[in-house]
This record gives sequence, structure tokens and C-alpha cells, in this order.
Amino acid sequence: MSPRLEDEVPDRLYMVTGGRSSVTDDAFDLVTLIVSEGDPTPGMQSEHARILRLCRSPMAVVEIAAELRLPVSVVCILLCDLLDTGRITARNPRPAPAETRLPDPDMLKQVLVGLQNL
Amino acid sequence: MPLRSSATTGLKIVIVGGFGVGKTTMVKSVSEIRPLSTEETMTRAGIGVDDAQGVEAKSTTTVAFDFGRISLNDELVLYLFGAPGQERFWFLWDRLFSGTLGAVVLVDTRRLADSWYAIDRLEHHGTPFVVAHNQFGEPTHTLDQIRDALDLSGDVPLVACDARRRESSKAVLITLVNHLHALSSARQVTS
Ligand SMILES: Nc1nc2c(ncn2[C@@H]2O[C@H](COP(=O)(O)OP(=O)(O)O)[C@@H](O)[C@H]2O)c(=O)[nH]1
Ligand SMILES: [Mg+2]
Repeated sequence: MSPRLEDEVPDRLYMVTGGRSSVTDDAFDLVTLIVSEGDPTPGMQSEHARILRLCRSPMAVVEIAAELRLPVSVVCILLCDLLDTGRITARNPRPAPAETRLPDPDMLKQVLVGLQNL
Repeated sequence: MPLRSSATTGLKIVIVGGFGVGKTTMVKSVSEIRPLSTEETMTRAGIGVDDAQGVEAKSTTTVAFDFGRISLNDELVLYLFGAPGQERFWFLWDRLFSGTLGAVVLVDTRRLADSWYAIDRLEHHGTPFVVAHNQFGEPTHTLDQIRDALDLSGDVPLVACDARRRESSKAVLITLVNHLHALSSARQVTS
């Protein structure tokens, strides 16, 4: 006997993403900073609206996930929607130069100064 | 506490170690926000759609990890992640370690074996790291003994710390960034 689809209670993640699974994993890093480009509009999906409110100041993807209490992979799907429609912008981390695979010394010096001032 | 609007670049450092070694404690001691927790999920490979039922077989593993943050200056924001080091969490690692500056391996001398896998994995991955010995009570081992037990090469910095103390945790992070700076400067010269 096989369970019928309509017998299954759709879980929250399924509802939030409309059943899409993560396909755009590399569009966002955990520490990509997200900034809203406008206010939520009436009728907008509530998670989208919450993201727009949270990101009035820059907020990292991982912080958005923690605030929304959703897994990072689900948040990335929601962010993709918003990015595609121009409602957010994403400030991506700088990749390390390929030849050294390490951040450049000048940037590391800035990190060091920041930590020392802590 | 929101970030400054001028913040442009998020950076990552991962603190990895076994259960109870002090990862959350270290994140908390230096973070400007109360550490937050979130979940990462992994859908196991080999999952397809079951044609007979049209229902996707669910086999998802979830792991929680916590993090904190430090605004370094107007543009740079450093995120610290506490990550469980055991082998079964490998899927979390790939995501955390991509683009990370480096890692701190936290060790507890009562359970050194907990950190073997993490050290192996970091070496294999080519991720620069330092090892911090979180002291619970009186020291029972010298750093040399720990270095031997971990079979750690001479060029990996090893320091003692008390993860509960901000200054001590800060010193561990500074040790890591100094190490990265030395590596990066050396490579720029040779490349
Ligand atoms: N004595 C001592 N206790 C510590 C230290 N760091 C953490 N602890 C305690 O060890 C316990 C586990 O620490 P926690 O940070 O939750 O470990 P995690 O599982 O690695 O995140 C907590 O009760 C901490 O208060 C330390 O440096 N010294
Ligand atoms: Mg913890």
C-alpha cells in the first residue's frame, strides 16, 4: 500500500520554497551580505517580506537564516527569487587570488588591526 | 545590532573541534552579537523521484552550528563559526571551508582523538590552521607533548588558551591571522 500524496502534511520548508530544491548553491556564500533595494509590497510572500525588512542594513546570509529559523539552503532559494527580481543586492566575499589561494597580505593586515582593537 | 551600511565584505574563520571542547564559548567570548545558531541540511546523494508515487524520497541530514561576528572596520566583517569536527559532519565542512581565511582547531587533552579527523581534513584541503589547547583545570600536558600526540608539523602554531576569556580567545585569532599573513607574504614572494 503506497501513501497518497494528499495524505502527507506538507512541511514548512516545502511550503516556503514551493517545493523547489536547492539548485543555486553557489550564488550565495554564508557570509554574502544582503541589502534590500526597497520595501515589501502587499501580497508578497511573508518570508520574502521579512528578508526585505531584515536587510535594510546589510545582513549576512547565515544571519538571515538564523533570524528566520530556516536552513541556509532554503534561505538561499528565497534570496534567489529576490535577487532575480532586483529587490535585493548581494555583496559577495572577495575570492582569494587563485595563484596563492590566500588572501593578500594587505587585507590580512586590516584583519589583524581590527582584532587588536577589539 | 545591525551592521554598518558601509559593510562590504564578509570574512570567515572556522573554529572546529569535538563536542564540549569550548567552540561556542570561544565564539561567545569575542563576538559582538549573542551567538546565533542555524541549520544546514544535506540531502543524501542518490535521491531521485520515486516514479510510482511521485513523492520525493526524503533523506535529509540536519546539523546545527553556531556563529558570532566581529566588525573589523567600516568594510570588513568577520564571522566566526563553531563547527563540529567529527567525520559525520563532513558535508557541513565543504560549505563552511570554501573561502574561509583559516581555521582554529580547538583541542581538549582529555579527548585528543576528537581532533585527529579535523586536522587531517584541513591538511588535505590545504586550509591553513592553528591549534589551540583549551585548558580545563590544571595543565596536564606540555605543548610539546600535545604536538607529538597530534603529530603536528613544526610550522603549525600551537597555543594554550582559556576560551572563556576574551583576551585569550582574541590572542588565538591573532595567532591565526599572523600565521596567514606569514604564509601569504611568503607565497607572494615566491609566486
Ligand atoms: N574550565 C574551562 N571550561 C570551559 C572552557 N571553555 C569552555 N568551558 C566549558 O565547557 C563546556 C562546553 O563548552 P562549549 O563551548 O559549549 O563547547 P562546544 O560543544 O565545543 O561548543 C561549557 O560548560 C563551558 O563553560 C575553558 O577554557 N576552561
Ligand atoms: Mg557548541
